[in-house]
Amino acid sequence: MFERITPYEDSLLSQFRRLEQDLDDFFGGGTWTGSRNIRSFASGTFPGVNVGATPDSVTVYLFAPGIDPKSLDTSIQQNFLSVSGERRLPAQKDATHYRQERFGGAFRRIVTLPDDVDPERVDARYVDGVVQIKIGRRESARPRQIQIQ
Amino acid sequence: MATTQKDVTQQTQGGTPQERRSTRPEQAIRPPVDVFETADGITLQADMPGVSRERLNLRVDGNTLLLEGNVQLDMPQQMEALYADVRSTLYRCSFALSNELDTGRIAANLKDGVLSVTIPKREELKPRKIEVHAS
Repeated sequence: MFERITPYEDSLLSQFRRLEQDLDDFFGGGTWTGSRNIRSFASGTFPGVNVGATPDSVTVYLFAPGIDPKSLDTSIQQNFLSVSGERRLPAQKDATHYRQERFGGAFRRIVTLPDDVDPERVDARYVDGVVQIKIGRRESARPRQIQIQ
Repeated sequence: MATTQKDVTQQTQGGTPQERRSTRPEQAIRPPVDVFETADGITLQADMPGVSRERLNLRVDGNTLLLEGNVQLDMPQQMEALYADVRSTLYRCSFALSNELDTGRIAANLKDGVLSVTIPKREELKPRKIEVHAS
């Protein structure tokens, strides 16, 4: 979804990126087109994370359906946002199980944010299974008009 | 000010979502699903975070069960993506049902992004225990 709001969505570049990601998924390595962040997670890790930024805030979307938001442990240290919790999937007794694709158990994700976030201004909500954490950015980082005398 | 995901798409791409969809269909995400069966019927649970009840489409066509949901997030207009695991706004999956399932009595519930669908078995086709009498 996020690629849709980037300006080069349909360009050749984005197709290359997609290809790179597919190959990355397939081979499980990322060395042929450069290095990955040392804190990166394998794709498909629960919960899925999207990060979007505006000049005055950064919003982290965690796709964590069916959890109790009160059980989440969220903290920010410098520009690292850490979210951990547990997703309990109730055991079904006397049932025959077919597919079991949903994630269950403890999880923890660390998201690297831009350097200018202000840990004092955080607002978190849980809507339709998505945790939205909005973090303010410091004044100094916002674009400013420069008057030419 | 928050606008919807669709609005953002429209502004940057031009044209209505329908027009865009005709040129390149959005790649749908197949949601992770659990399926289990009891004596009464089959229950299916699908993770569809970001989908509200209004944007969920659940359909039975013949013996095919189709689940579709559109993700909508609160996103400010001028937001730029820094990182994205979830790159589509559409979840879609379908399942073939068997005859003993009663499609007329399907019940569904969506809570915190988890969809639960229960499909009961037809009364007359439920497994029955056969009593063996001693003569």
